[in-house]
Amino acid sequence: MDAVAKAMTIRFRHALLIAAVACAVLLQGARTTAAPLRIISLVPAVTEMLYAIGAGPQMIGVSSFDHYPAAVEKLPRLGGLIDPDIERVLTLKPDLVIVYGAKSDMAARLARAQIATFPYDTGALSNVTGTIRALGERLGRQKEANAEATRIEHGLEEVRVRVANQPRYRTLLIFGREAGSLRGIYASGGVGYLHDILSIAGGDDVFSDVKRENIQISAEQVLARMPEAIVELHGAMTPQKIATERGLWSQLPAVPAVKNNRIYLLSDEVLTIPGPRIVDAARLLADALHPTTKK
Amino acid sequence: MTHPLKRSVPIVVGLFALMVLAIVLSPLVGSTHINLMRVFDRSIPFESNVDAQIFFIARLPRALAGALVGGTLAAAGVVFQGLLRNPLATPYTLGVSAGASLGAMIAITFGATLPFAGAAPASLAGAMLAVTVVYLLATARHSGLSTTVLLLAGVTLNSFFSALILFVQYLANFQDLFRAMRWLMGNLDVTSYAPLAGAMPFVAISFVAFVWLARPLNLLSLGADAAGARGINVRSVQRTAFFSASLATGAAVSVGGPIGFVGIIVPHLVRLMVGADHRLVLPASIFLGAGFLVVCDVLARTVLSPMELPVGIITAVIGGPFFLWMLLRKR
Repeated sequence: MDAVAKAMTIRFRHALLIAAVACAVLLQGARTTAAPLRIISLVPAVTEMLYAIGAGPQMIGVSSFDHYPAAVEKLPRLGGLIDPDIERVLTLKPDLVIVYGAKSDMAARLARAQIATFPYDTGALSNVTGTIRALGERLGRQKEANAEATRIEHGLEEVRVRVANQPRYRTLLIFGREAGSLRGIYASGGVGYLHDILSIAGGDDVFSDVKRENIQISAEQVLARMPEAIVELHGAMTPQKIATERGLWSQLPAVPAVKNNRIYLLSDEVLTIPGPRIVDAARLLADALHPTTKK
Repeated sequence: MTHPLKRSVPIVVGLFALMVLAIVLSPLVGSTHINLMRVFDRSIPFESNVDAQIFFIARLPRALAGALVGGTLAAAGVVFQGLLRNPLATPYTLGVSAGASLGAMIAITFGATLPFAGAAPASLAGAMLAVTVVYLLATARHSGLSTTVLLLAGVTLNSFFSALILFVQYLANFQDLFRAMRWLMGNLDVTSYAPLAGAMPFVAISFVAFVWLARPLNLLSLGADAAGARGINVRSVQRTAFFSASLATGAAVSVGGPIGFVGIIVPHLVRLMVGADHRLVLPASIFLGAGFLVVCDVLARTVLSPMELPVGIITAVIGGPFFLWMLLRKR
């Protein structure tokens, strides 16, 4: 009797131990798979995506370059791609941090502090909706993410349809050049979300054969590729300065875009942030290239 | 027996011929094919003559810019090496290029908000600022122009300006940062003759000074005291050499960015060919420097076509190993 009781107790103790371990394991598992409640995004495009899928209230910090939506202005600013403020990030006790690139310094540091990260890379246009859906999975907001991704896909399709019957201009898409001259031109190559948007907005990239996101080109290449339209992305400028910069192109009168006055200087920030407002970017480009289809 | 000077004259003439050949032939080569008959066909209006535009807008100004910048940097290198009596001196040793780069960085980063446009005038202004500061430092506590103090002031200013450049780049956004970095790698795609015309007066003034400097620099190579004993006004020679070479460097950098190695390998190559007499070394360096950079730029615009390879990378890739070889050979 006594021996039986003893054996029972031991068995009971074992069971208790196993149960405890199981609980711990389960809890641990639950802790890592539960939807993050405190999110920091160091990537402006992803910040916009998070707000778009309704994760705004969970945001506790953004990068220094975030300005959209307006709600981010109240959040702490934690630096940028090159100089994220790791100390302040840690102090805010996030359970998810959106970082550039899985192999970045920041990702490694956060891994050491056992803080989960969501790596982001700019890439093709399909990355925008891809990232939104992945965020939905991660945050348990699949429904909202799917709705948002579908809205973007529909929006882009609408632009594509709108310009479908228009002539497709061979377009030189310029990311930057030296102010006051046509030197040091950076143009879009045949990859990247801007290249993809241009294609949707009814333009054919003159450098689509070069499989790089951006390339430096010479004046000779502008003359050789003979673009029928030139789109330049600029920072904010006064109208006077825009006129001056546009006027510089008269140095290359043989270029069809110059001859036909199809030179567009765009400065809207939606063009440089591959987030949910990418549809606006596509509309903006389509409005510039095909103004008659403007709604 | 012929005078040693006279024996080397054919070499200088040969280098001149090579330079002319490089300038004439380089516009015929490029990343695209052009029809020479069409280029010079006056019956086609220039506005619609693509071949002519590629030739006269994209290629010829580049060849001329290469010649102007290459010749100027090489000559400035000779003068700085003579002035500082240091074979390792370059046109950039005394901080001119760092000042020019700082000016360009500010123009590129804050370009949209500045009243003037373009990196060229800003870099020229930066170069002038650096020259003035170095000169004031070098003469502050000495009546003469001590080359040691000059060198120290130049090196110090170089690192100080480099720090300021980093600070400006720190404030820059991505796009500007990218462009700023590329400016530092050198680019001769001037796309018009205006930058050349802007730099020309400064280069011309400097070259006139270089003509006058050739003989005094020969005597200066014996040492300041020895030169003084032979009736040379050492201080005025040093001052002229410093300002003219700095002015030339600033003008060259404003056109093509801080293209490296031309100002050091060309003078040394030339000395191997014609000896140390500045009356030969200066013109020969101008011709070889001009021809060398024109050829480097042909590589820059064709190797990775349709992409541009920064010309500074080519001069460095050729210049670095060459310089090391020369250093080891001299021992």
